[in-house]
Amino acid sequence: MADQPLIVARGLVKRFGDFTAVDGIDLEVAPGEAFGFLGPNGAGKSSTMRMIGCVSVPTAGELRILGMDAVRDGPRIRARLGVCPQLDNLDPDLTVRENLVTYARYFGLSRAESRRRADELLEFVQLSDRANGKVEPLSGGMKRRLTIARAMVNEPDLVLLDEPTTGLDPQARHLLWERLFRLKQRGATLVLTTHYMDEAEQLCDRLVVMDGGRIVAEGSPRSLIETYSTAEVVELRFPDGLEGVAGHAAALAGVGKRVDPLPDRVLVYVDDGDAALAEVQRRGLEPSSVLVRRSTLEDVFLHLTGRTLVD
Amino acid sequence: MVTTLVVSRLSPGRVGAVINRNVGALRSGPSYWVVLLSGFFEPLLYLLSIGVGVGALIGELTVDGRTMSYASFVAPAMLAVSAMSGALAETTFNFFFKLKYMKTFEAVLATPVRPVEVAVGELVWAIVRGSLYTAIFLVVMVAMGLTEAGWAVAAFPATVLVGLAFGGLGMAVSTLMRGWQDFDLLSTGQFALFLFSGTFSPVRDYPVGVEVLIQVTPLYHAVELVRGLCMGVPGWGLLGHALYLAVLAAVGVWFASRRLERTLCA
Repeated sequence: MADQPLIVARGLVKRFGDFTAVDGIDLEVAPGEAFGFLGPNGAGKSSTMRMIGCVSVPTAGELRILGMDAVRDGPRIRARLGVCPQLDNLDPDLTVRENLVTYARYFGLSRAESRRRADELLEFVQLSDRANGKVEPLSGGMKRRLTIARAMVNEPDLVLLDEPTTGLDPQARHLLWERLFRLKQRGATLVLTTHYMDEAEQLCDRLVVMDGGRIVAEGSPRSLIETYSTAEVVELRFPDGLEGVAGHAAALAGVGKRVDPLPDRVLVYVDDGDAALAEVQRRGLEPSSVLVRRSTLEDVFLHLTGRTLVD
Repeated sequence: MVTTLVVSRLSPGRVGAVINRNVGALRSGPSYWVVLLSGFFEPLLYLLSIGVGVGALIGELTVDGRTMSYASFVAPAMLAVSAMSGALAETTFNFFFKLKYMKTFEAVLATPVRPVEVAVGELVWAIVRGSLYTAIFLVVMVAMGLTEAGWAVAAFPATVLVGLAFGGLGMAVSTLMRGWQDFDLLSTGQFALFLFSGTFSPVRDYPVGVEVLIQVTPLYHAVELVRGLCMGVPGWGLLGHALYLAVLAAVGVWFASRRLERTLCA
């Protein structure tokens, strides 16, 4: 029972009219895991999240959450979920504290218990001093923290976070990451969507990359880098700027496993950056600037989902 | 049949939590109190200006063989209007705002609460608000000698039914609204009902075509039901009006919860 997956999806499909948002995905999320959906806008991440949140009915396929059927047992599943939506939908008519108390009541908690949890959670997200103020004057980061506190008011087994740190400044993001990490340490299972690679690397044990409604890759951040990229990346810029890129890329053929000419620079994917640089010099190429760095999830992401703008 | 099925699955606790949110808004500051208070005055001002003021020019009125002061003819209609506007204010402006702009219901539906429980909870709250208005209004009527205390007590549940009907209707309409421009249409419609539903003059004074048209609209039935009770002339006809209002309430809630599910749980 303990190792039974919390989420099981088989051939999950979501269509809106002619548009297919999710095109038959399979996945499993284990208890205690932090699982991420990575992908460009329109990849189907949010539609998948809404189905897992039991507010959107799958068009086809099977979806079991916490051992129950997502369509039939919606209210019973939702009772054990914590949901942090992409856009804050806090209640501006209510005070900060009342937002949490009111929300706890939707889960059938008593007034006294709701108040106790509200105060405890305000402490946890460092908003106790704003408890009796309205929501509107709060900063973006504070609102997000309050939304996350609200998602935890029922002590959920599974927390769904749709782009939890989009639009926040670095301080706010780091504070939020730290709180989410503590949430995970307490044993909660986290499922999140993001298009920030650093966020995925920070938070996720395992992730899937979605593109066009399908899962195009799956694994831990490290294993994805090992599979879809190389250990290091050499970034070269040339003095002749934009015109020469194609020629330089051709001259670099064979230096690494893959050469990616961009408008302003050439990326060479290699196992050993220093050896590759020596080879570049041996071939008589003279880049104006050189950067050797480790491969990141961003390299994987761009490799898998392409460089063209989605919207 | 469908309605009984749906109602039997309602969780009182979850409906209560939806109502509780509005109590929380009252607890959160003065702004909602202002909204609540202002809605009460409109029908009262009409009663005083037209019922009493214009009534002084008109004097007595004879409807269906009964003679009464103009003020006591208008007062029950204003009572029905206050039940209507209390329920409509809550289920149109407030409901639409929560649905479309504040995304309140989106947040609520991520919890175990279901769309039909949102609809029923909001409706109950709208009736609480409307009934607050009508209870005070009835006290004013008794104090002004426009009805008797006993009949006022009998009229009160009728005003609750009026609130239910207009609450259901308002909620259903709100789920169809595209934006604020549609509220202008709504207010015009509401004002037309207010003027022509046998409120200020008996509907029999209109040409037959208009009279029939009026008899199809809801405020007419609300006014007839409430007036019959306030004047102490109950009859079997009142049951027909009550049935009309009950059906309107049921259809409204059913339609609204379906639309909520369609739009928010897509």
